[in-house]
Amino acid sequence: MMEFVMLHLPALQVVVPMLAAPICLLLMRGGLAWMLALVTAVLCFAMSLLLLQQVIETGPISYHLGGWEPPFGIEYRVDAMNAFVLVIVAATSALVLPFARRSIRAEIEPSKQALFYTVFVLCLTGLLGVTITGDAFNVFVFLEISSLATYVLVAMGARRDRRALTAGYTYLVMGTIGATFYVIGLGLLYQATGTLNMEDLAVRLQPLGDLTSVRAGFAFIMVGLALKLAMFPIHAWLPNAYTYAPSVVSIFLAATSTKVAVYVLLRFMFTVFGYDFPVVELSLSTVFLPLAVIAMFVASAVAVFQTDFKRLLAYSSVAQIGYMVLGFSMASVTGLTATMVHLFNHAAMKAVMFMVAGAVVYRVGSTAVASFAGLGRQMPWTMAAMVVGGLSLIGVPLTVGFISKWYLILGALETGDWIIAFMIVASSLIAVIYVWRIVEVAYLTPAPEGAKPVSEAPLSMLIPMWTLALVCIYFGINAELTASIGQTVAEALLNGNGVSPAVAIPEVVPATDGAMEGAAP
Amino acid sequence: MMLLSPPGIGFDTAMLIAVLLPMIGAVLLVLAGRWPNLREAVTLATAVALFITVIHLLGGYLAGEAPKLVLFDVVPGLPLAFRLEPLGVIFSLVASGLWIITSLYAIGYMRGNNEKNQTRFYACFAIALGAAMGIAFADNLLTLFIFYEVLTLSTYPLVAHKETPDARRGARIYLGILLATSIGLLLPAIIWTYAVAGTGDFQLGGILEGKIDEALLPILLGLYMFGIGKAALVPIHPWLPHAMVAPTPVSALLHAVAVVKAGVFTVLKVTVYIFGTDFLSSTDASVWLMWIAAFSIVFAGIIAMTKDNLKARLAYSTVSQLSYVTLGAMLASGYGITAGALQIMMHATAKITLFMCAGAIYVATQKTELSQMDGLGRRMPWVYGAFTVGALAIIGIPPLGGDWVKLYLVMAASDSGEKYIIYALILASLLSIGYLLPVVARGFFGNLGDRTEPAAQFNDAMPSEERIRAPRLTVIAPVITAGLCFLTLFLVGPLKELIAPLVGAH
Repeated sequence: MMEFVMLHLPALQVVVPMLAAPICLLLMRGGLAWMLALVTAVLCFAMSLLLLQQVIETGPISYHLGGWEPPFGIEYRVDAMNAFVLVIVAATSALVLPFARRSIRAEIEPSKQALFYTVFVLCLTGLLGVTITGDAFNVFVFLEISSLATYVLVAMGARRDRRALTAGYTYLVMGTIGATFYVIGLGLLYQATGTLNMEDLAVRLQPLGDLTSVRAGFAFIMVGLALKLAMFPIHAWLPNAYTYAPSVVSIFLAATSTKVAVYVLLRFMFTVFGYDFPVVELSLSTVFLPLAVIAMFVASAVAVFQTDFKRLLAYSSVAQIGYMVLGFSMASVTGLTATMVHLFNHAAMKAVMFMVAGAVVYRVGSTAVASFAGLGRQMPWTMAAMVVGGLSLIGVPLTVGFISKWYLILGALETGDWIIAFMIVASSLIAVIYVWRIVEVAYLTPAPEGAKPVSEAPLSMLIPMWTLALVCIYFGINAELTASIGQTVAEALLNGNGVSPAVAIPEVVPATDGAMEGAAP
Repeated sequence: MMLLSPPGIGFDTAMLIAVLLPMIGAVLLVLAGRWPNLREAVTLATAVALFITVIHLLGGYLAGEAPKLVLFDVVPGLPLAFRLEPLGVIFSLVASGLWIITSLYAIGYMRGNNEKNQTRFYACFAIALGAAMGIAFADNLLTLFIFYEVLTLSTYPLVAHKETPDARRGARIYLGILLATSIGLLLPAIIWTYAVAGTGDFQLGGILEGKIDEALLPILLGLYMFGIGKAALVPIHPWLPHAMVAPTPVSALLHAVAVVKAGVFTVLKVTVYIFGTDFLSSTDASVWLMWIAAFSIVFAGIIAMTKDNLKARLAYSTVSQLSYVTLGAMLASGYGITAGALQIMMHATAKITLFMCAGAIYVATQKTELSQMDGLGRRMPWVYGAFTVGALAIIGIPPLGGDWVKLYLVMAASDSGEKYIIYALILASLLSIGYLLPVVARGFFGNLGDRTEPAAQFNDAMPSEERIRAPRLTVIAPVITAGLCFLTLFLVGPLKELIAPLVGAH
């Protein structure tokens, strides 16, 4: 049994949540659906850890869905990079769901709770699928599954604030445009190469760098993905979506969806097209790098002036995505390491912050910055987690944010890019301002006269929140694991030249039933 | 020492214990928060235990041990590591020793003033001391930076302690400047060092020679000197006067000893172990910063003269005095480093005395302005006596320890042929007389009847010659540290011996 599971792990990673989703719907009752969703998420998390371990030990895994050989069949391909992202996504879902129970009961009407969990698990399926698949069109399919689910999830915030409906709608329009761009780009590539398998694409695209249609394909795909990851200046859907979505959805999206989009972008840029592809370097230095820097500043500055905590966090996310983009646009091992590390780190810190927002909504009913007054005393654990998350956003030592900043600045200085290095630190200082605004209100402003006393958040919220806060601290003190994975990935992306030798000719492993194909030597 | 060396605990572990003890103490005293007597007992016990640990380390160092402890890699290839070296021994000794006295003082002060949130106060205090120990024993730039930031953040609640709008504003400036300089300048400098030298380990003689374009060296050094905001070089000094909104024990230990000394200690450490004095003096990279330090000394001295608020006056005096250390480091010679190391100890004992006296005056009379304090010396003779000793020590009058510092600085300046630096030092000494002695003079000889200002009326309201009693602990503590000011005169020999390996024989 165990052997079977291990063999089919890549497929199960997606199939388990996919099957769980309709069952959630059939369960009808919110509580039961929640239970199933939680079990699913925990299973997914366990599977992603197993996959990561397997990949680190034996190298990339190539799984042929239904036994069809790639490039004809769909290939699931797991290497250190997407195994790492799978862990981020699955871990977040496993931590968010315990938190969700009470939060959802308070924010979503009972009749829709089972629906909520159904859509949530679908969204999880989509994100895991996008990450694990090695087929470019399959990416699109899963991207749509997750996106459609996300639109619904965001709109479900309507009970708390009707503006969630418009936020969801805007997201739908923007997201669809992004997906369309992606498909158009993919169509151009398919027309030029006749294949959709990523590894195969990589091989066949190499001599086609001068072809205008391929270059156009590159541009379409990049723009489409940039929309999905809310890269400045096409981030406009994000602040509203994060602000008005139910708390749980904000947590989950902030920690996972943009990370997955960054992953796909990296996959296309460095694996499919490869760093040697004629326009990659150009686009990095003239488009991605400047936009990243602008995002760091503009979005941080906008965050300073927000009066709503969740919206502040949303703009902070746009700025933090800027750091991720900046990292890979340096196109160096250190820079890419920074991006990979920051994917993980930002997921942890933003999840903490949005969980704090969720707990405050649950107890106080509002996320206005002003409503944090006096909470330092009334919700000491929640606010302490907020301080940990805030310090991480700034990049103070002993938090994960510091590790990200370290690699980013190191990357900039290695290439002698002074100005960029100073931009990074200067924008961090803006983060000091927006974080400290909240800290001051929470700890130094007394609760308004006559306000109802507020009690600490329930344990079911505090435990996931503090688990993540401790992750923020632990991986800030000892970042060996995240940084070494990041470094491995970075080296593979830059030196692998897009094609790792394993996949060009997959070997059949005799012991298997044929469904599982040979991994890398 | 035998008693202090329990079997099985090596000196390397003792360093870790020194860092962790105050942190554990912080947790314990939070748990004991409901019972003030127990809580204060925990503070004192932690302080004493820490001091014993540091003495134990000193004994080890004198016995020729140079323990090194590598904990784990923060990021691959960059470990968290501690090592015992002379400058760290001095700094840890000063900070931990004075913590005991300050704790006694703080108990008297906080109770005498009925301050709220005392548990938070003592806990943050303990964490700050742990961070100071981490800075003292850090073996590489990364470790040092981590504890440097812990120190910044753990002292923020102390500065904001009173939670008034004033305290909030002061604390905001405090945090703003310290974080902006450390993240904005120091962190890039550190990463730059790692990028060019491939390491950030402290090594005698420096790690940069031959690794960096010498034209860029002054810039890197500037990033360090301004990035180490805690050293309060003008123009990044404003955090220090603003930190004076904190309760006086905080000003005494942190803003006369632990925090600011952590700053100048970092300056010394970077100069000696990252740049190397020989490399600096051969490239003249530090000359421009030497002038800025000299300017800081004089400029802050002048500002101090204009301040009527006693704590503000002392704060500017601290800015001025700290730059002696920076100046010593930037002179980049053996004498300069000696002067800097001595100043860490001399200024600590003297300035903590002055702050504790200011606090004692405040607890007893609620007076903060110099112009209200005429004649007060006759009514608080012990406090003013201690203040006088501290003031003379800062001015540098024998037989108090402070004069050694000036001597070595002048020698360092004359060695490198900088006669204008000598003039600046003379001017600074005169200025320090100008801003400290009036406090003493008005205290003892101020005539209550002459003055027509409202302050005088305030004084008239009380019978003028009656003794004023401050809480006993707030008087005993400064008297003890005043005694230490005399003692430091005789500590110069051993101290010089301690740092001899760093500066070469002279």
